[in-house]
Amino acid sequence: MRSRTLTLLALLGLALACGPAEAHLNATGMGPVYDGLMHFLTSPEDLVPALALALLAGLRGAPYGRRAMFTLPAAWLLGSLAGLMAATASAGPLAAAFWFVLLGGLVVADAKLSLRSMTLLGALLGLVHGYLNGSGMGLSAAAVVAALGLAAAVFVLVVLVAALVVPLRAQWARITVRVGGSWIAASGLLMIGWSVRGV
Amino acid sequence: MRPELRRRSAQALALLAACWAQAASAHVQQAEAAGLLTGLLHPVSGFDHVLAMVAVGLWGAQLGMPAIWVLPVAFPLVMAMGGMLGFLGVPIPGIEVGIAASAVVLGAAVAFELRPPLVVAALVVGCFAIFHGHAHGTELPPGQSALLYSLGFVIATGSLHALGIGIGTVHSRPGGRQLLRAAGAAISAGCAFFMWRALA
Repeated sequence: MRSRTLTLLALLGLALACGPAEAHLNATGMGPVYDGLMHFLTSPEDLVPALALALLAGLRGAPYGRRAMFTLPAAWLLGSLAGLMAATASAGPLAAAFWFVLLGGLVVADAKLSLRSMTLLGALLGLVHGYLNGSGMGLSAAAVVAALGLAAAVFVLVVLVAALVVPLRAQWARITVRVGGSWIAASGLLMIGWSVRGV
Repeated sequence: MRPELRRRSAQALALLAACWAQAASAHVQQAEAAGLLTGLLHPVSGFDHVLAMVAVGLWGAQLGMPAIWVLPVAFPLVMAMGGMLGFLGVPIPGIEVGIAASAVVLGAAVAFELRPPLVVAALVVGCFAIFHGHAHGTELPPGQSALLYSLGFVIATGSLHALGIGIGTVHSRPGGRQLLRAAGAAISAGCAFFMWRALA
């Protein structure tokens, strides 16, 4: 009874001593994190290749998933930081199309890549796309924070997707993932066509 | 991985997807959203497209493994090549006839339970996929996102294949085999009408 009274008094004291809510992100300085996070989630050119790599890593098993979940976001962050310091670069849709076709094709084939190859693939993907993202932002404190948000989003995506795919044992489930890879590869082929046409 | 952990991972992914809430872009003037929506709707805009896509799934289900997944993989990939030809302005004569013929032939394959070698089945499906892809590729509305349009119609096409596969699994049930053959015959007969209209 006494401890409950003391607890209630303590809670009352905390409620009366509340500080500013700092609900607006410009007060906390955390806005750019969400900018980076949302940029990744709303850019299919970046999201789909990362998704494809996560699917591929998941199909290969837990060690590959663990490797990808750190390699890809770390490389993406490094690439972003490098891109921030560079002049604006634009590879157009061809860079994304290349990754769509390559990674989608590897998923369809359920390619038996070595761990080293998977690591290299993740690093290259992260560096290239990170560089393209960073070069479009320009160097500033907010852009560095946005790059962190972007890398965090990549990390979360890879973790969740690979974690869902790794335990799939049923043949139909793995085939479904591979069919998804064919969709990604097909979209990449179409993107190549669009690029040639100049759309 | 424990089932509980898998369930939580799935829930987390679903929550992440829910947080990926973009502007609803309900007004079709928004190019980005419209590109995805246009792409999703394009394969279902024509009954001949829909029937042909479903027929691929039906035939794959009827043929069983590995055709049940090889055909739905081959179709989008070759369709994409047809789409590229369309973008590049390479003319292919008789597109509408080819599309109608695809449903007629594939429906007939289901109706007669044709069981060619896998390579032949994939080639048949691939040949028809060129026509479908070419039709999609030439019809990107101006001002819309090409990438989202492409993703949209690939996803819609694949989903129709999945629908066909789902329906096609009835063949393993009592009476399902006859039902499947009847469905194939209906598709073939129905699309013969489209072909007649295309030729007229």
